[in-house]
Amino acid sequence: MTRTGTETVGQRLASAGLGALTALVLLFLVAPILIIVPLSFSSGSFFYYPLPGFSLRWYRDFFTSSFWLPSVWNSLIVGSVATLSATVLGTLAALGIWRARFPGQALVLALLISPMVVPVIIIAVGVYFAFAPLGLTDGYSGLILAHTTLAVPFVVVTVLATLSGFDRTLIRAAESLGASPVTTFRRVMLPLILPGVLSGAVFAFAASFDEVVVALLMAGPGQRTLPRQMFAGINDNISLTITAAATMLIAISLVLMIAVGLLRRRSERLRQLDA
Amino acid sequence: MLRTAVAAGQAAAATANAGAGGVNLRQALRRSQRREQWRAAALVLPLFIFVAVCFVAPIGAMLARGVIDTDIAHILPGVTTALKAWDGRELPPDAAYAALVSDIHAAREAGTLASAATRLNYDVPGFRTLLFGTGRRLPPGISGSARDILIGIDPKWGERETWVAIRRAGGPVTDFYLLGALDLRRDADNAIVGAPSEQRVFRDVLGRTLWISGVVTLICLLLGYPVALVIARQPPPRAALLLFLVLLPFWTSLLVRTVAWVVLLQKEGVLNSLFLSLSIVHEPLKMIFNRFAVYVAMVHVLLPFMVLPLYSVMRGIPPAYLRAASSLGAPPWTAFRRVYLPQTIPGVGAGCLMVFIQALGYYITPALVGGADDQMISYFIAFYASRTVNWGMAAALSIMLLGATLALYAVYNRLIGVERMRLG
Repeated sequence: MTRTGTETVGQRLASAGLGALTALVLLFLVAPILIIVPLSFSSGSFFYYPLPGFSLRWYRDFFTSSFWLPSVWNSLIVGSVATLSATVLGTLAALGIWRARFPGQALVLALLISPMVVPVIIIAVGVYFAFAPLGLTDGYSGLILAHTTLAVPFVVVTVLATLSGFDRTLIRAAESLGASPVTTFRRVMLPLILPGVLSGAVFAFAASFDEVVVALLMAGPGQRTLPRQMFAGINDNISLTITAAATMLIAISLVLMIAVGLLRRRSERLRQLDA
Repeated sequence: MLRTAVAAGQAAAATANAGAGGVNLRQALRRSQRREQWRAAALVLPLFIFVAVCFVAPIGAMLARGVIDTDIAHILPGVTTALKAWDGRELPPDAAYAALVSDIHAAREAGTLASAATRLNYDVPGFRTLLFGTGRRLPPGISGSARDILIGIDPKWGERETWVAIRRAGGPVTDFYLLGALDLRRDADNAIVGAPSEQRVFRDVLGRTLWISGVVTLICLLLGYPVALVIARQPPPRAALLLFLVLLPFWTSLLVRTVAWVVLLQKEGVLNSLFLSLSIVHEPLKMIFNRFAVYVAMVHVLLPFMVLPLYSVMRGIPPAYLRAASSLGAPPWTAFRRVYLPQTIPGVGAGCLMVFIQALGYYITPALVGGADDQMISYFIAFYASRTVNWGMAAALSIMLLGATLALYAVYNRLIGVERMRLG
């Protein structure tokens, strides 16, 4: 199993077989994404290879379409407001949970994380059931509230993980030097946990930006988000414009993924600094 | 926290120095700790209130519709009260007939008869026609026996089952929807019996949901275990690259991945055109809108949830254990089976539970790549909530799905701990 030079033929075969299987599975994971990207640059209108030529017509189509373009704005509006509120609420709550044990804390934490656990269809149907009679489904508000709920656990979990590595003596040091609690938080604590807070925000945005079930039930014609339109785009007659939309979403995911990676690295560096 | 620590320090010093002053200081310490707890709770409070109002209350109210049944009691109050005292063996007393007549008049004026008809129609198909027809043909003022008039309009008013159905719907609590979600119902004598076979759908749906989730979990384990094994044995830089390949789809939008599978699998899609041009097949294969497509797309989405926990467990197993086993004479397979495999069981458990739990609630993927016979329980929840607006049924199915999910999470928490759930 390890390279000791004394492997038998059987071992080498098993090892090669494992390697081949892994390669196939990784291909299976990545291939659909790799196949859809070139298709979006096709000058033809068919879903197969080889491509007849290169063109940006599907991107032009996307950016001039009254079906797709408004949905990008809707996604951005809902995503950014939901991210902002989830990050503020979630960070405060994580700080509270980290700060001291209070009675019923485990239960409270379980409740705050539960939107990640409950099947999203139940959340969507429940929120629709309660918000529709209140008129919250007519504008952005219902969708934003629901997306905030869905995004909150990601912030709480990420910030709590960052705080678990935070050295409490730093606070004691700051306060013994005469800093007020607010100054201590702003000048000592926040800079150190900021990478964690920001990766929480990235997760929150990704959660909202990818959400389709709630949008499917709640969004009126004026609030349809990008995933909601993709859902409709698959069901109706599917055109290559959807691959352009998908390619751009893949690019956004890559950016978000890299952002989290960088933030994580920065957070680890900060941790080493204060150790 | 700082104050607690300082107070604790002071308290300790004071107890050491001045013995007798210790009691007061202990109280001071306790007070300061309590203050600290209040501060911590105050920070959590805004989010707690938000989640309670925007998450717990809406879902709770929706789920309550699965067991609370007050429509009929509101719309037809007279007959509901009159039937409370009825023993259900013979036809109900004249008072119930008279109450129904005045209830129908009142409901027609208030415009609420349709809701009552809808609710009763869930239980007894044809009740809507019966109630509307009766409403239309009922004379404005009653002369003579209400019983004779009603039975004259429709002989169904002379059947015990009709009245039992109204009484069953009288609320305030009902098991009608929950039983319905298991293809069960109550008969005229209030005993639980199976629904007629042509109306049985939900046992199929529940069984199918469990079956698809189980198959997807098994495929994920069979594919994910070797992959995690291989990645865990790579030197760090290459392991990081391979993990990136696992994580890339994990981060990609669910919709994008589903679109990709539609593009690949559809009749005039990438794979079929490839197979045709290579003459592997002579006519396009049907690879979408069936169970195959559901398995493929769901495994693709859920596989990272299997690989990641397996990888992190395998990473922590010292290779020395396997070397020790080999040096003691164990053949490779035996060493793997007796030494390595048992140590990976926590990862297997975590991965399988995670995949299975998520698969149970799947909606989008089967809805887009599956056929009519591949839809899972979530599809029916959405169907009852948005198409037929039967909240009772949507709630009852939600109760089942939520119950199963929470029970499995409790197992997960017991075995692994929710706080160790990984993100990305």
